[in-house]
Amino acid sequence: MGERERKAKKLRKGGDRERGFFQGLKDESFLERRFPMTKRVAIIGVGTTGFRATTPDLSYRELTYEAATKAYMEAGIEPKDVDAFVSTAEDFFEGYSIADEYAPDQLGAVLKPVYTVPGDFIHSLASAYMMIMSGVAEISVVQGMSKASNMLTLSEMVGFAMDPIYNRPLKEDPVFIAGMEMMRYLHETGTTRRQCAQVVVKNKRNALNNPNAGHGALIDVDYVLNSPMVSYPLTEMDISPHSDGAVVMVLAAEETARALSDKPIWIRGIGWCSDTPVLESWDWAEATYTRLAAQQAYKMAGIRYPRKEIDFVELNDEFSYKELQHLEALMLCKKGEAGPMTEAGATEIEGELPVNPSGGCLGVGNLFELNGGQKVLDVVLQLRGEAGKNQLKDVTTGLAHSWRGIPTATGAVVILSN
Amino acid sequence: MQELITKEMVERTVTGLSERDIREGKVITTTWKPNLRYAWDNGPALGRYLAELKNGRIIGKRCRRCNRILLPPRMFCELCWRPTDEWVYVKDTGVVNTFVISYIDWKAGRIPKGQRPFTPAVIEIDGASPGMGILHLLDEVEPEKIYIGMRVKAVWKPPKERIGAITDIKYFKPY
Amino acid sequence: MGLRRVAIVGAGLTKFYRRAQETPKELAYEAAKMALESCEMRLEDIDCVVLGTAPDAFDGIHMNGEYLIDGAGGKRKPYMRHYVGGGTGVLSPIHGWFHVASGMFDTCLVVAEEKMSSCYPHPAGAFLTIFDHTTEQPLYPTLIWIFAIEMNRYMTRWGLSKRDIALVSVKNKKNALDHPSSQVAAEITVDDVLNSEVMAWPVNRLDVSPTSDGAAAIVLAAEHIARRVTEKPIWIDGVGWALDTSYWCTRDLYYPDYVEVAARMAYKMAGIREPDKEIHVAEPYDPFSYKELHHMEGLLLCKRGEAIKLLVDGVTQRDGNLPCCPSGGALGVGNPIAATGLMKIIEIFLQLREEAGKRQVPGKPTCGVAQAWGDLMQVGTVVVLRR
Repeated sequence: MGERERKAKKLRKGGDRERGFFQGLKDESFLERRFPMTKRVAIIGVGTTGFRATTPDLSYRELTYEAATKAYMEAGIEPKDVDAFVSTAEDFFEGYSIADEYAPDQLGAVLKPVYTVPGDFIHSLASAYMMIMSGVAEISVVQGMSKASNMLTLSEMVGFAMDPIYNRPLKEDPVFIAGMEMMRYLHETGTTRRQCAQVVVKNKRNALNNPNAGHGALIDVDYVLNSPMVSYPLTEMDISPHSDGAVVMVLAAEETARALSDKPIWIRGIGWCSDTPVLESWDWAEATYTRLAAQQAYKMAGIRYPRKEIDFVELNDEFSYKELQHLEALMLCKKGEAGPMTEAGATEIEGELPVNPSGGCLGVGNLFELNGGQKVLDVVLQLRGEAGKNQLKDVTTGLAHSWRGIPTATGAVVILSN
Repeated sequence: MQELITKEMVERTVTGLSERDIREGKVITTTWKPNLRYAWDNGPALGRYLAELKNGRIIGKRCRRCNRILLPPRMFCELCWRPTDEWVYVKDTGVVNTFVISYIDWKAGRIPKGQRPFTPAVIEIDGASPGMGILHLLDEVEPEKIYIGMRVKAVWKPPKERIGAITDIKYFKPY
Repeated sequence: MGLRRVAIVGAGLTKFYRRAQETPKELAYEAAKMALESCEMRLEDIDCVVLGTAPDAFDGIHMNGEYLIDGAGGKRKPYMRHYVGGGTGVLSPIHGWFHVASGMFDTCLVVAEEKMSSCYPHPAGAFLTIFDHTTEQPLYPTLIWIFAIEMNRYMTRWGLSKRDIALVSVKNKKNALDHPSSQVAAEITVDDVLNSEVMAWPVNRLDVSPTSDGAAAIVLAAEHIARRVTEKPIWIDGVGWALDTSYWCTRDLYYPDYVEVAARMAYKMAGIREPDKEIHVAEPYDPFSYKELHHMEGLLLCKRGEAIKLLVDGVTQRDGNLPCCPSGGALGVGNPIAATGLMKIIEIFLQLREEAGKRQVPGKPTCGVAQAWGDLMQVGTVVVLRR
């Protein structure tokens, strides 16, 4: 019997179904390791399948497997080197309960520490970061996935998140919440609908040069303003279409990061915050959750003048006005300034503060809980100089921001630098 | 005896409610029936599995490194972390690995009196690796006569009724 | 060691009912308030909030974590939810532990809440959707099947009788008579269990824990704050968790590998070499009677197949050498999925502080372990606490 057959037989252990500890467990060394406290954590590998409107040829397992293979290859590791995994999923978006059951197989994480964060990708990133900082892991992996094309009754699903006693019985398509917020925002800041439409034009144009983006287009402001009205003042073009895709990232503690990668991207600051979910108590014009999350991240990164120290931003623009609202909440400009800034072209790729050079949600597609993942991915690619046609010059610090979408008021911010 | 959390503290927190209180209208209720529908993309591996079920065959995939024949087939082996290799047809007979005699249905209601209880089982399929099982139902056998190690064979729906789903096999029966 | 020490300084529990009048937010609020009051801290002293709640399908609210923010005290704070099905309750302190041990925060409020009764006609129906949508759901399986399958395999492998396993239900339901939150505490006999209605052979009605509504909360603090807030901080010395493959039909269910991996990770961290001697009190997760034995073996508290011997010899009674589930566990107190795990953590917390009232195990225990399980026989979460 050849060596390989002998080994395979030993692994299978014959008729008794008793499965011995397979790889990852026969090598119990990951349980032996105890890590010194590290000061910094870096992203050393990223992998994605790209984002497009439908992926009928692949199931969620193959999507994640592809992204994971790419990420591990880039980082130069195998699943057995990873100490902890965090996946991102929300039950009703995946279509089955307890979504974490189906996480380990495609990450190579069988019988290893895995759990799910029902939140945005940046929340999972924060968890993986904290695991390394607390000394329990040296290398951790974050995963996120969107199969939005599989959700047939999407607006019902989003509406299912509304308060069942006070809000849901109104039986309104949840997009009305965004419409209401936009009205108040325009009223309080003096921003115009044209300025919001300008955001759509910019982002969809940026997306055309982004090979990962699914919804790039060449349009103008009037096209946006004249498209069918969905929930005044939001037209169809003001709302991001959705996309499928998967992103996997590998994080490592400082020493390991330097050993494994020539271009580690350091996490300088991270913050996340949730405001009340009760619609009736909302601060409609301001995105307070973003401001508080950003404060936490800036403090951690030691940034006192964000406008000077942040080179570019990837933020959530699921609805066109959201880009402007979030820009102000991130304290990158004063209240009411974001609209005129956009009109003047300051947020274009050639401008002084590029916003969403990847195309944002409007150009790439709304990825639901993976939105933050796409933003972090594009910040990493820019900082590494791997962003292709949309590459910005001489960037050292980027900010990725995410919002969980209606009807939530939860956001997260991460600041990365090379 | 010291107690940090006492009965008095806990009793104050929550009020119980019974089914009768609801039926008798002592509380206001609201009902919502969600309309949540999905169309899952199954991918190449599961897709082939279902297509072969429509043809009346069960197919698996082999991973050459651990030499397992995986059922249901997967594009990658989750233990070896590598893409799987060739497709392998397996038989539609197998051995019962474990089973259950259930008197309740999926909504936790009791089955009507006189109806045969459900007997789902994990069946190790012949031709796949030892221990490679699938979940399915057993029928045409008295529940008390089922035992671990019993040999069973699949009973298929007639070809015209098959749609490419796990239910194309009606159940497994002893042989 | 290099790890920042984190302690549990306060705890709160609501009463568990089959059906509660309160909304999920109110349940979370009651538990969180009690936890803060127990250590005389205010919400302003809390730096971050962590919440665990199991399947959204029970509450009928998508993004349940978002809905519960204000009830859990997370408004305008860093708030994160975590999820591993039934193991969530014991993952909650682990998740909170990262927040504090990483140095990012100094205090953390951990809340676990569950309201299963909103799901009609019966919460068990929501479990249909945990199975694979293509290969298993069309057969309309229910969770009881998978438990009965595992129990059958476990009993056959070790040649156990239902008579012996029923002792777990008897012990736990009796222990729960002294627990303030208990829902189904009672003094029953082995015959009561064997004669109760057969749900799915070999599981009888009294082998199963009930579905419940309830919430629990604890407060975590870094060492310098913990020592100021309380005289008896209980340290989280070991954490471990592991998730097995979703292809549960390829695994031999008689032994929970996932619990062993998680337990080893936690013991290594805590420096425990002989768990059966160094652990003084244990709270393994017991949603079904045989599960307590199954998990005791997974926690390496005894050799494989020998848990039944410990049970029959009375070793796992409150006055025995290794008390298991002195609180009454899920079988006695109730099983609001996420809150049960945290209830077990709170029990060990109280036992080590000698504040468990009538449930106090003798002998001044200094080291305890709590464990939870979840999903399709997949996840084990373990926490080791020490005084």
